Amino acid sequence: MGANHHHETFPWKHIVGFILSLVLTFAALWIAFSSGLATKAILVGIVVLAVLQAVLQLFMFMHVTESDSGKIQTINMAYSFFIAIVVVAGSIWTMAFVL
Amino acid sequence: MKWSEFFVTGEPLIYAADVSIVLTMIGIVFVLTYFKKWKWLWNEWLTTVDHKKIGVMYIISAVLMLFRGGVDALLMRAQLTAPNMKFLDSQHYNEIFTTHGTIMILFMAMPFIIGLMNIVVPLQIGARDVAYPYLNAISFWLFFVGAMLFNIAFVIGGSPDAGWTAYFPLAGNEFSPGVGNNYYAVALQISGIGTLMTGINFLVTILKMRAPGMTLMRMPMFTWTILITCVLIIFAFPVLTVALALMTFDRLFDTQFFTMANGGMSMLWANLFWIWGHPEVYIVILPSFGIFSEVVSTFARKRLFGYKAMVYSIVGIAFLSFIVWVHHFFTMGAGAAVNSFFSITTMAIAVPTGVKIFNWLFTLRKGRIRFTTAMLWSLAFIPNFVIGGVTGVMLAMAAADYQYHNSYFLIAHFHYVLIAGTVFACFAGLHYWYPKMFGHILNERLGKWTFWLFMIGFNICFFPMYFLGLMGMTRRMYTYSAGLGWTPLNVVASVGAALMGIGFIVLCYNIYYSARYGERDMTGDPWDGRTLEWATSSPVAHYNFAVIPEVKDLDAYWEMKKSGKGFEIDEEKLKPIHMPSNSGRPFLISIAFFFAGFGLVFKWFTLAIIAAVFIILGLILRSFDDDDGYYISVDEIKRTERLTGKGA
Repeated sequence: MGANHHHETFPWKHIVGFILSLVLTFAALWIAFSSGLATKAILVGIVVLAVLQAVLQLFMFMHVTESDSGKIQTINMAYSFFIAIVVVAGSIWTMAFVL
Repeated sequence: MKWSEFFVTGEPLIYAADVSIVLTMIGIVFVLTYFKKWKWLWNEWLTTVDHKKIGVMYIISAVLMLFRGGVDALLMRAQLTAPNMKFLDSQHYNEIFTTHGTIMILFMAMPFIIGLMNIVVPLQIGARDVAYPYLNAISFWLFFVGAMLFNIAFVIGGSPDAGWTAYFPLAGNEFSPGVGNNYYAVALQISGIGTLMTGINFLVTILKMRAPGMTLMRMPMFTWTILITCVLIIFAFPVLTVALALMTFDRLFDTQFFTMANGGMSMLWANLFWIWGHPEVYIVILPSFGIFSEVVSTFARKRLFGYKAMVYSIVGIAFLSFIVWVHHFFTMGAGAAVNSFFSITTMAIAVPTGVKIFNWLFTLRKGRIRFTTAMLWSLAFIPNFVIGGVTGVMLAMAAADYQYHNSYFLIAHFHYVLIAGTVFACFAGLHYWYPKMFGHILNERLGKWTFWLFMIGFNICFFPMYFLGLMGMTRRMYTYSAGLGWTPLNVVASVGAALMGIGFIVLCYNIYYSARYGERDMTGDPWDGRTLEWATSSPVAHYNFAVIPEVKDLDAYWEMKKSGKGFEIDEEKLKPIHMPSNSGRPFLISIAFFFAGFGLVFKWFTLAIIAAVFIILGLILRSFDDDDGYYISVDEIKRTERLTGKGA
């Protein structure tokens, strides 16, 4: 915990984060089921919304800015993104010949 | 289900195993009752959250599993010694190589390494326990029940038989209809959860609980390798978790993720398995590098050469380990671009590994070398591992791999890296840190007997396999005809395997002998060590350090000794020590996991659901647990410290 961190009496941050998460989730649902867009556009839309929500949750719920080990957190997240890309893109690339 | 389907029947070897299992169980119950040890077992071991005791239990389990996996290996060698042997039929052989591989990697190598890291890491960083002692107990018990669940498969329900890689479509319902591969999916899942939690636990421990003054670049090399290993565990194991979950769905609920029909992708299993599987081999080899670094530097009486280069090369290996997995299936047909990429990344791993080899050699250079058993294992590691590494580079060439793939050349290669790397390291670490665990030294003479028997046996067993591979013998074949000319080398290999078995027996005898007659370690520093674990008494007081040491340099304890003071405890500075309370819940939750797993294996969902309710109940009870641990009084600390001669 940072030295200048103080506890809020009411968890506004969490409430706002929760509502925004709900909005983003329902937006994704709407895009997928009722927007009538092309499949590609739907995929792009929900991926963008998912990334937005991940970032939102990192700041609203995961206290990414409040810890004193910021460097470790940054390296950790960068590495996570790297691994995620390796696993997903790498699998698609290596499996492309059977797809 | 009939009883004759529930129990495996029809094989004399299986009946013999049944009898020995029942006799062993009766024996254990009898001994515990006769010596009135049930209470001791519960209070001292089953409920413990002490990282040292958990480490000891990990190592005991690992040695037991080494026995199981070793017996599997000897059965395979017996079958392959002569052509057209009728000792094992093909199905039985399939089961045995499957359990051999799975057990040796996941239930022998992993727990041995995790056991050593449990015992050593908190001591090396000057901490009193791990970050989450309760979680640590859960980790151990989940591993343990996972291992037990996997181990009963061969007598109850039928053993998994699709290889330790469990490739689809063979491992799917269509070709493996029995419960055997359900065991694989469920047991690995349960112990995998335990491993994942260990990774998180030790990452936090190392990042947050180091003694004052111990910067990252002053950490002992073993701790460094464990830190990086934890990162690998945290990023690699979720892939296994997901892959196993999909496998479980395919097998229990007839989903079609990896099937041949209905849009399933059987090769995706191989892909996911090795995305986890390749980092996994670094999870067991990096800590081994750490152990060798500690042992070599201690017994050469020199600071580790190229500490920084060592750290960077570990990080480099860890990074590369995630982008090489396709080399396990070059022959799957992914095409030139994919194979070339993974071929190059694989060869690149040889660079940081080579850096490390040279660092050890330069640490030895002009060192005052003492040839203890731990040191012998470490010295033997270097040439043997290099043989494994060089043949690894040969396998890394995708075009050439079409020749080597799944031949005995590959078998020889990965045994050379895994045995000469991990198993040698486990034995080196066991000898080296044994005084810290039990307060006495493992007998050196018997230790050297084990070393020579095992090391020579290992080379006699596996070196011929390179040639068998080049002669065309492929892995997993249960017999061969006489005309192929493979018989002489197979006989040689079996002789080597027998020598390794004898070496293992000598090791077990050594454990017994040393407990009875072994030299007690009164100093706490029998090897003239360099790192903080040697500043404690042997065996270590359960709070580890009466006063948390201050670290001024790498090789902290060595510097303390050099400055003439050693690690002195100022009794004035003692404060009550806060320790976590024991809890039986990790053990009980894990028992529930066992029954849930058993229910899933046999599709007895009522049992699985009831057991799952107990698991959730355990979690709820933990949430409302307000036991904050207890304090050890200053008087008690003084008494303990004076007893061990560390106090003033």
